[in-house]
Amino acid sequence: MLLIRCPWCGPRDEIEFRYGGQAHIAYPADPDALSDADWADFLFMRDNPRGPFRERWYHVHGCRRWFNAVRDTSTHRFVATYRIDEEPV
Amino acid sequence: MCAVRYWRAAEPKTTYEVVIVGGGGHGLATAYSLAKRHGITDVCVVEKGWLAGGNMARNTTIIRSNYLWEESAAIYEHSLKLWEGLEEELGVDVEFSPRGVLNLAHDLGEVRSSMRRVHANRLNGVDAEWLTPEDVAAFCPLINISPSLRYPVLGATLQRRGGTARHDKVAWAYATRASELGVDIVEHAEVTGFLRGPGGRVEGVSTSRGEIRGAKVALAAAGHTSELAAMVGLRLPLQSHPLQALVSALYEPILDCVVMSNKVHVYVSQADKGELVMGAGIDAYNGYAQRGSFHVIEEQLAAAVELFAIFAHAKLLRTWGGIVDVCPDASPIVGWSGIDGLFLNCGWGTGGFKATPAAGWAYAETIATGEPSELVRPFSLERFTTGALIDEHGAAAVAH
Repeated sequence: MLLIRCPWCGPRDEIEFRYGGQAHIAYPADPDALSDADWADFLFMRDNPRGPFRERWYHVHGCRRWFNAVRDTSTHRFVATYRIDEEPV
Repeated sequence: MCAVRYWRAAEPKTTYEVVIVGGGGHGLATAYSLAKRHGITDVCVVEKGWLAGGNMARNTTIIRSNYLWEESAAIYEHSLKLWEGLEEELGVDVEFSPRGVLNLAHDLGEVRSSMRRVHANRLNGVDAEWLTPEDVAAFCPLINISPSLRYPVLGATLQRRGGTARHDKVAWAYATRASELGVDIVEHAEVTGFLRGPGGRVEGVSTSRGEIRGAKVALAAAGHTSELAAMVGLRLPLQSHPLQALVSALYEPILDCVVMSNKVHVYVSQADKGELVMGAGIDAYNGYAQRGSFHVIEEQLAAAVELFAIFAHAKLLRTWGGIVDVCPDASPIVGWSGIDGLFLNCGWGTGGFKATPAAGWAYAETIATGEPSELVRPFSLERFTTGALIDEHGAAAVAH
């Protein structure tokens, strides 16, 4: 089980969290201007690297707050976690 | 004992008509089908590890075709028909065992969606039956149908033609027959890049054993597809997750069918040797480490004990993980990549093993003709732009 450091609650067991996929995907600034291909990119296309990955986690059974993390997908090791309002690491 | 001849360990030539990246079940079935059905024998299968050592060696070998949507039912049913003739086709005993697959329903919603799936299956020519709890107990006496359970068994769907097969033998059989037809199988050759021609056309691969040119390059790399696609600047709607499975110690034969439960979330069968083989859902996070978190194992064991009280006595022998590439709609992508010379077969997620014969059959046709096989036309990459998704997350069965 992963030990995840919630930026508010500190290190907690993985079972308290829910995974939220890739972080820093902003809603389109001008949705009306998007083509079908742009929508496909926004909705469905995601990075899927082996190595450091910026992703979202939700402390659903704790403080119920979302936060971001950098985790190495080749080892599952967390490099950092940071609040939504903090600059990406 | 008599010596058995398997595939040749080929030295790669410099050029082929088709280069297949990935020597797992799908890659080998594709190579076999290219040679056998389309007469294209100038084919090289490159594999970064050893043959069929990835997900092909790690799955729980369940075979069924009772998917909800027409597009899925068509390809998985074609696959099941190919399974039914595979031992004759390849001349190898792959231990295909149509022992029946039960999908249990534990609440009213599941009962309704399961009955809907039975009707949909029948309309699509897929054998399907609805069993009452008493029918379930008669078919599989080991299942606890007591109404006092936390998740009582309210019924089940049964596909009698479904079952299991011996995964390794399937891969070895395809490899052996493809090799006999002239296909080169090159193990321990990791793809490190793609050779590009005019207009960005893909014309081959760079590997740890040198450059290998191919007029057509076909990916069959499951969980590693995104890494390969990134080498040509292609972004795909795939996420790679750990999927864990486990076996118990060896026991007397006690379970002679496959039992799946989405609600309690476990699927289980008993191998001929005696191990109880179990799997469940993916680990939620992306991961390439071929292992997952132990609480996922704990949850599926709890589910198994809930359904089969006798399993509480069983000893866990071994757990492991594979890397599965999952699409947002839980359906695969098969067809042209959008880059000349490059084809995709990926996104089979947790359900690729059962599709092995049909994936090879349809992917080979797509590669050979340059036009999508009718079986995979709906499973194009383009569907994420048109919106014509094939949502098999829903009523079909969460677990593949």
